[in-house]
Amino acid sequence: MDLTLKIWRQKNATSKGKFVTYKVNGISPNSSFLEMMDILNESLVVKGEDPVAFDHDCREGICGACSMYINGRPHGPDKAITTCQLHMRRFKDGDTIVIEPWRARPFPVLKDLIVDRTAFDKIIQAGGYISVNTGGIPDANAIPIPRANAELSMDAAACIGCGACVAACKNASAMLFVSAKVSQFERLPEGKPEAAERGQATVAEIDRLGFGN
Amino acid sequence: MVLKYSSITKKIIMALAGLFLISFLIVHLGINLLILKNDGREAFNLAAHFMVTNPLIQTMQWVLFGGFIIHILLGVVLQIQNWMARPQRYKVEGYSHTSFFSKFMIHTGAIILAFLVLHLINFFFRAKFGEMPGVMIGDQHYEDMGLLVIEKFKSLPYVLIYIFWLLFLGFHLDHAFHSALQSLGLNHNKYTPVAFGISRALAILIAGGFILIPLIIYIS
Repeated sequence: MDLTLKIWRQKNATSKGKFVTYKVNGISPNSSFLEMMDILNESLVVKGEDPVAFDHDCREGICGACSMYINGRPHGPDKAITTCQLHMRRFKDGDTIVIEPWRARPFPVLKDLIVDRTAFDKIIQAGGYISVNTGGIPDANAIPIPRANAELSMDAAACIGCGACVAACKNASAMLFVSAKVSQFERLPEGKPEAAERGQATVAEIDRLGFGN
Repeated sequence: MVLKYSSITKKIIMALAGLFLISFLIVHLGINLLILKNDGREAFNLAAHFMVTNPLIQTMQWVLFGGFIIHILLGVVLQIQNWMARPQRYKVEGYSHTSFFSKFMIHTGAIILAFLVLHLINFFFRAKFGEMPGVMIGDQHYEDMGLLVIEKFKSLPYVLIYIFWLLFLGFHLDHAFHSALQSLGLNHNKYTPVAFGISRALAILIAGGFILIPLIIYIS
């Protein structure tokens, strides 16, 4: 596959960025999106240019580090996957792909496609945890938890805090992240007692950090 | 003071004010439709008289002004905060799952507000402070509000302005009811799609109902 990439390049947090167009040729449809980026970077290094900086870690769809806004959508065109699980077969030969960093004031660009997502850690630090001392491992059925609650809590816990909700939201709001974190604990007996305070503290923090509404 | 409220509190107040304004629109439309009744404007004039003389309605009028001001003020604050939250826009704007008009609430709202001023000058202030034609119903004298409406809508530019204005009211309402429920935390797997349907139905019925009035008056 031959592709045209329009990638946001920004030297550092203080410099003004711009889009730079690159051509990549002979990309296998079976390579992942990040592998395609690796191939581009190798060619840039050979030419003595600065490779495109992007976040990535596990490359198996778990960590959510690979924050790329691809053709108007976080993590690209597929549903419920991270960028590392996106494959080039989702694109057509000759396509132009626009790759941007997450855009939100609390997520400042550090370099190229890498943004600082510390804001999410600050939200968690503000109260997104359980302070109850749960002690050692209790007996298996000592605390009964209804199946439905356990499932809902697990659904909420599926949020890996990648920031795609903020990137996708037209208001750059972090409500989805906070609601996932609040619901995850609120459904369980250990998290229930502090549910109200947790909600208030984390919402106050998203407002303070300057996320949208 | 407004800025001190949390984002969620602001959105809840915004939603409640919005729902109150929807209820006002339904009452307003109900009374307006009376003008289409072929009874020499009697029912409409009696209803208009009731609205300007009933003490409860007169009190609610101030609550209504308050509702408008709160809805507008919070809408502007929330929108400015949202714009500030993304100072650098995307090159390719997202196609995430949002209803079309949800992206333009501040714009449709601003158009509604601009023409609302004209509307208040045309009818509300005229009825309150201006010279009004009179009419006898039974042996009592009433102000002929109906005549004022009919006179206004005999002019084509007015009819067109009102239709344009009311279309934007419809666009605004399309993202109103279900969005308010969402802000109040009332979302549900089964009933949220119903709320979307109610929202669209309200938009079509309210805007369509209001549009019918100048249209029918002009044609007849």
